Order: sequence, then C-alpha cells, then structure tokens
Amino acid sequence: MPANPFNGFTDYGIGIGLRVPHYEHILSQRPAVDWFEIISENFMGDGGRPLKVLDQILEQYRVVQHGVSMYFGSPEKLNREHLKKIKRLVKRTRTPWLSDHLCWGSVDGRYTHDLLPMPYTFAAAKVTAQRIREARDFLEVPICVENVSSYAEFHVSEMTEWEFLNEVVERADCGILLDVNNIYVSSRNHHFNPFDYVNGIPASRVAQIHIAGHSKFQKYILDTHDHPVIDPVWKLYERAIQRTGRTATLLEWDDRIPSFNEVHDEALKANQFLKRVEKESAQT
Amino acid sequence: MARAVMRPLGRGDRMQKKWLDGRPTREIAESFIKPNDRLTSFARLEIYNRQYWFRIRDCFYEDYPGLRAILGDQKFERLADEYLSKYPSQSYTLRNLGSRLVQFLRAAPRWTAPKTRLALDLARLEWAHIEAFDNEARPSLSTRHLAGAAAKIRLKLQPHLTLLKLENEVDDFLIELKKNSGLRNEASNAMEQNQRRKKTRVTRGLKRKINFLAVHRYEDGIYYKRLEPGQFVLLSALQAGATLERACARLAGLKISGDPGETVGQWFAHWSALGWFCGWEQ
Repeated sequence: MPANPFNGFTDYGIGIGLRVPHYEHILSQRPAVDWFEIISENFMGDGGRPLKVLDQILEQYRVVQHGVSMYFGSPEKLNREHLKKIKRLVKRTRTPWLSDHLCWGSVDGRYTHDLLPMPYTFAAAKVTAQRIREARDFLEVPICVENVSSYAEFHVSEMTEWEFLNEVVERADCGILLDVNNIYVSSRNHHFNPFDYVNGIPASRVAQIHIAGHSKFQKYILDTHDHPVIDPVWKLYERAIQRTGRTATLLEWDDRIPSFNEVHDEALKANQFLKRVEKESAQT
Repeated sequence: MARAVMRPLGRGDRMQKKWLDGRPTREIAESFIKPNDRLTSFARLEIYNRQYWFRIRDCFYEDYPGLRAILGDQKFERLADEYLSKYPSQSYTLRNLGSRLVQFLRAAPRWTAPKTRLALDLARLEWAHIEAFDNEARPSLSTRHLAGAAAKIRLKLQPHLTLLKLENEVDDFLIELKKNSGLRNEASNAMEQNQRRKKTRVTRGLKRKINFLAVHRYEDGIYYKRLEPGQFVLLSALQAGATLERACARLAGLKISGDPGETVGQWFAHWSALGWFCGWEQ
C-alpha cells in the first residue's frame, strides 16, 4: 500500500541500496534518487567515514534502515545494548520504518552472519512475534519483517512459509518487507508456486518490496544479489503490486556491484510495471 | 543446526562427513532437514556450512593482507581456519572478527613460526587500522585548552588512536600492499565459493628495527605516524592514565632534541592539531 502504518504513512518510490562503491558518485553528482536503503549494521559504529558519509547523504536524501542481525526468529532474549545502538541510528536517520529478517542466526553469543531459515511452527511464530513486538516497543518505529531465501526445510514445519509469515505478522501486528526475489529463489529450491506465496500474504501489511538478482547452480539457486532482476521475478513483482498498489520498492545489488547508473537504471525498470498496473487499475 | 553450520570444513572445502560423535553427518542432517528431489539433507545443510566459512574467511582475508603476505596464502588459510574455529564471531558485525587474533597468535606461535614476531607486528598494526577506521572521534582539545592545563590533570586520548611499539618496519610494507587492494564487497548473504584471491606479492627487504607508531584517523584518512621514543613513552603514559606531570617525568633520562621544554611543548601543539586529545579529568 502506498501509505500505511507499517511504512510510517510514507509514499516512497523506487530506491537502491547505499553501497561504498557508489559513495563518490552520489556525493559529487547528487543524482536524483527517491530513497536509499542502508544496512543498519554498517553504520552502528561510533565514528569514522561511514557515519560521516551517512550524514552527508541524510542532508540530501531519504534513508530507510534495513538490518541483518536482529534475528527475530531466535529464541534468545533481545540484546539491549544492540537495540540501543540501533535506536541511536534510528534517531540519526529518522527512518520511517525499520526492517529485518524472519530468520535466526546466532546461538549462545556466537554469530553465523547468515539468515538461517526457521521451522514453520506455531511455537516459533509465537516467540518470533513476541521479539518483534519488544523490538518495536523499544525502538519506537514501525517494524517490517522480510521473508528470506532458503536452501533447507525442516521436518517439524507445520505450515507453508507464507502461512508462517502471516502467523507472525498478525501476532506481532507488524509490516511485511516482501522480497519477491527471495520468494522466487525459495520456490525453485523447495518446489512451490511462487504466486501462491504472493497471493497468500496480507497485502495491507506490505510496506516495502525488495527486488534483486540471484545465481543459478545445477541443483539450486543462491540468493547472491549480484545480477540483474530476471523476468520471472519481475512477474512476481507485478503481481505483488497488483495486490498492494504502488509500494516502496528497493533493488538490492550487493556483490560485483556495477556503476551507480547501471544499478539505478535496473531499479527504475520497476516503473514500467507500476505504470502498467496503475493503468489496468484505472480501467477496471 | 548452528553447530553444523559453524563446524570447520573438511577436505576440498566440503562439509565433514563424520559428526563430532563419530556418526555420519548425513544422519544428523537427515534428522532435521528434509531432502528434495535434487539435494540430500546433507547437501542442503552443506550449503549453509560452506557459506559460513567462505563469508568469514573472505572477511578475515580482507582485514589482514599484510599477515597473509608474510605467511603465504596456504599458511594464512590454515591459521585463519584455526583462529576462526577457536574464536567464532561474537559480534553482530564482521568488523570485530580479528579482535582476539593477537591474543591467539601469542598463545600459539606455531601457526606463524618462524615469522612469529613479524606476524605479531602485522596483526597488531592491521587491527589498529580497523580500530582507527571507525572508532569514535570525540571533540578534541585545542592548544588553547592545553596551554593552561594543570600538571595534575589526566589527558584523554582519542578512541581511534592506537600506540604501537614494533620490532619491524611494517608500516611502509603495509602501505605498499594496500595500494593494490580493492574495496571490500558489501555484505552479501550468499557466498557461493571461496572468492578468487589476488596473489599477494611479498615485498622483500622488510627491515627489522624497533620503531614506534601512532595509528590514527585524521580528516577521514587512516595514518601511521612514526614517533620518537620519547613521544611514545609520553603518549603511552597519558593513555594509561598518568597525570601530565607524571607522564612528562617518564622522559627523564631519554634523549630529547633541542630544549626539552620547548620540544615537548611543540609535541603537544602538534598532537592537539591532529586532534589526539579529547578531554581531561582532575
């Protein structure tokens, strides 16, 4: 939805990730970009160039925070010191919403630095929703949870991934960052129809959409964020916006990063789908 | 699953076939992961195991180019795997991956022998570089603030400043090496293989000589500043919490060029211009 409680009632358009190889171009050329997404963890230090660059970006652009280490799916207690660091950054960026993943990734204080898939059980949904609510209460900003791509499924799962996502977001009363590339990757790896996923989530909770590229191997697909978006993913995107309406859209390109213009042009391809959907919508 | 993901890889960078208790890892994987028509449970778990190791190795590789250069790729990779197994990441950021490396190298010199002293110098310098990159820079004191400073005050030094006493002239070596290094890729969730490594050329003629460095950040750049012995002694004392008076007293007996009072005054003026002092307490 264009503006909803989960994106802070904002109407952001098409954005790209703020990445180090593009810093010089952005700061010197000041290209027109609707918004940037930052990885929170890259800016949670106490000083140095990252924060200086961020402050310069904030003078000219809108920024939304996206995290990779809150591990909403972990059964462990939320780390207060970690939350304090995130909150300091939230105040600095004035991000209208904050996203992180429906996953786990640390145990007993040791971090895998990965987004590990969850067992889709009611018990896990309950614990995850509780963590999201606690995080939101502390951070005082709307929270959206992103579906991850995965390469493994568990015997103990009691439902589909999208049913699990629904269970979590309803219990937590939070938003969804719908990653259509992750849906595609997981659908290939786990043999489900990706449109069942896109059609099966509550459109009113979608605050943001991610698009990205991936890498295809002989027996699986890996979510590498290092290629352009392929047509099947664009089709999923189109279906998503048919359901949600114009929604803040972000292209992730995190590895083998090409020039700023190449990345931005790739992101702006979303416009053709947005226009098409809006035209269809006007005609009905 | 976490234990399986973080377990060191075996031969050919594949998941180890035997579990900790001797059972086949295949059995462990099958107990909680579903197979599909293309991949066994073992193969699905292996994707995560390999990604974990490729990711942290890649980060470690990028953070320690100097150490890698003097040890050589093979020895460095063996050291990296041993260190990262013993000290897995305990931070939300990979930036802190090397925080216990110096302690590890000191405790287990066999991983760097016969270049242990050189390896320690480089590990300390490369960690100091990381700290200088994004540690806090507090509002600095100017010379004006220092001019009237009482002898009993304790000056505070910037969090991004590290003082090093080294046995080898590794600063020039590392600067030359870093000229050829590229930017680290942004955090990507997926690593499909060990990233192709640039072969590192070891620069001959690394001089063995006691020297003193201040590694710090100035106007967003990281600098390695050579210090005179007296400067190192004075700054180390201040960093350790000595009063101005006591820190200066440590210079007794050391050779200081020109008029000592004037020279030390110039040192403080220069250091405050670099923004090294960020407060004091009585």
